[in-house]
Amino acid sequence: MAKDIIIAKNLKKWFPLRTGLLSSILKKEQFFVHAVDGISFNIKKGEIFALAGESGSGKTTTGRLLVRLIEPTDGVIIYDGKDITKLSQKEFMPYRKKLQIIFQDPYESLNPRMLIYDIIAEPLTIHGFSEKEKEERVFKALEDVRLVPPQEFIFRFPHELSGGQRQRVAIARALVLNPEFIVADEPVSMLDVSIRAEILNLMFELKEKYGMTILYITHDLALARHICDSIAIMYLGKIMEMGSVDEVINEPLHPYTEALIEAVPVPDPEASRIETVLKGEIPSPVNPPSGCRFHTRCPKYIGDICKAKEPKLTEISKGRYVACHLYSSK
Amino acid sequence: MKREASLLEVQNLTTYYELPRGYVKAAENINFNVKVGEALGLAGESGCGKTTVALSIVRLLPPEGRIMGGKCLFKGVDIVKLPEEEVRKKIRWKGISIVFQGAMNALNPVYRIGDQIVEAITTHEDVSEEEAIKRAEKLFELVGIDPSRLDNYPFEFSGGMRQRALIAMALACNPDLIIADEPGTALDVIVQAQVLKLLKSLKEKLNLAVIMISHDLSMIAETCDKIAIMYAGRIVEYGDIVKVFKRSLHPYTQGLIGAFPSIKGPRMRMISIPGSPPNLLNPPPGCRFHPRCKYAMDICRKEVPEFIEIEPEHWVACHLVSKK
Repeated sequence: MAKDIIIAKNLKKWFPLRTGLLSSILKKEQFFVHAVDGISFNIKKGEIFALAGESGSGKTTTGRLLVRLIEPTDGVIIYDGKDITKLSQKEFMPYRKKLQIIFQDPYESLNPRMLIYDIIAEPLTIHGFSEKEKEERVFKALEDVRLVPPQEFIFRFPHELSGGQRQRVAIARALVLNPEFIVADEPVSMLDVSIRAEILNLMFELKEKYGMTILYITHDLALARHICDSIAIMYLGKIMEMGSVDEVINEPLHPYTEALIEAVPVPDPEASRIETVLKGEIPSPVNPPSGCRFHTRCPKYIGDICKAKEPKLTEISKGRYVACHLYSSK
Repeated sequence: MKREASLLEVQNLTTYYELPRGYVKAAENINFNVKVGEALGLAGESGCGKTTVALSIVRLLPPEGRIMGGKCLFKGVDIVKLPEEEVRKKIRWKGISIVFQGAMNALNPVYRIGDQIVEAITTHEDVSEEEAIKRAEKLFELVGIDPSRLDNYPFEFSGGMRQRALIAMALACNPDLIIADEPGTALDVIVQAQVLKLLKSLKEKLNLAVIMISHDLSMIAETCDKIAIMYAGRIVEYGDIVKVFKRSLHPYTQGLIGAFPSIKGPRMRMISIPGSPPNLLNPPPGCRFHPRCKYAMDICRKEVPEFIEIEPEHWVACHLVSKK
């Protein structure tokens, strides 16, 4: 039974809303964007855990919180049994080697003025590796991501590489410190469709080879279904449903999950089309709806309880969680 | 090509971009047609030439763009040969409208949305401003936005609403054909589904013909009747959407379909096509896909495959297939 490598408890991140000078003088209240508003989940060692949702759901913020690129407003992050939430930057340094992140935009995440060698070697430099060790590790990382022969790539600049190659460099950079946990934030969404599978298959192979765990952030449910083991569906900073990817996608419980799945187009012109599409748009995260955040658009709205009381994320069967009054036992 | 009532017939269209170092052969020998009320999906990845084809049809190519040959017959009239004045007066907005990729970010931020739609109407038609405003209100209703929001500025609209406002604008002068370039990009899944549903309903209500340009085969499968798959400036497969999806013949089509995992059905290993699209300044000889094709034969490296009708309403350009 695989143990939990990451446990998040009631994680929150509120961003203060910047207002103009006059408003800050006149207004007494401070407004916040409730990007992540109290979420709890466990990720097992070795699995690929999908964090799925639309824009404004808080998934990217959550990914960055876990590697402490940004600091949580509240809540606890436990890594491999140790509470890493409040460690000082110095105490946290050794953990930075274990927790890495791959960003979405291969055109923005690599410093355009650095050689590929330096980009991949940078984390090693920061952590005090010798020149010889750096060279070995950079070459190995390039081989792992199949940018071979390494000599052909180390003296190039990012602009000389294609999007797919750049993303491989980003992966190499994330691998070079032998991490245990990688946050992959929509790593293929900006790549051409025909090469996405290549990058994903590569990530999967490397995960298996090095025994890593991956948090895969995505808005693409179809993709998540094919490569991930577990999934958590986020909406406006909260988790609506969570469980194994097969259960959640094949038998969704939360009305939002159902709506999301129905909205995903299917590459089959003969597939039967569901005619109902969820109405409306995602409300503002500055002033999220009361009670259940989804109640303003929910096709299965029960009544006042949905508006008044926020449903707790409850485990209704082993490993299967849902936050919805439809399922709360009375 | 069948000689039925085609609204738009593109014949052997070839468009290059003239750069100091040579011609970028962006689109070559493009052939397809769109009937009244029909939706054609123009599919392919970035750089395949689909936007170039769209811009050629409405004659909005950038200064370096040159239509080297071919015809674009719209209701029997060749747009390619028309003088610019005629294109502006008769074709754009009134005959064919185009919603550009990412256009929701190109709305003028300092003008109200209503004013921008009214401007589009009064520029192309001889109507009073009041008349134009009334039309704009009806258009908003048509696309599902409260007409009172004509007074809003673009920043007050969400991405999905801006996309719908643009579709409304594109319909302002009652065109017969609308070209939508990547209508789902930058939109969330649910909003994207709303926009697609809107396009489908407009197609039915107004008997509107649509050319949907997209790299997303799923979106095209949901909305279109026909599909043309483009690769490196050429159409490799074209025809009735069910036939192309169910019996895809070109290796690139098969690869592309395999790269779209379905949310339904069993879990599958995703396929990818190794390599990347060629540089169109100097494309490979023969079939442009041959460097990435696992079935490549000698002839593929030398001769451009012919576009053959392999079964009714299904064309493909591939030596593998034409050999049979």
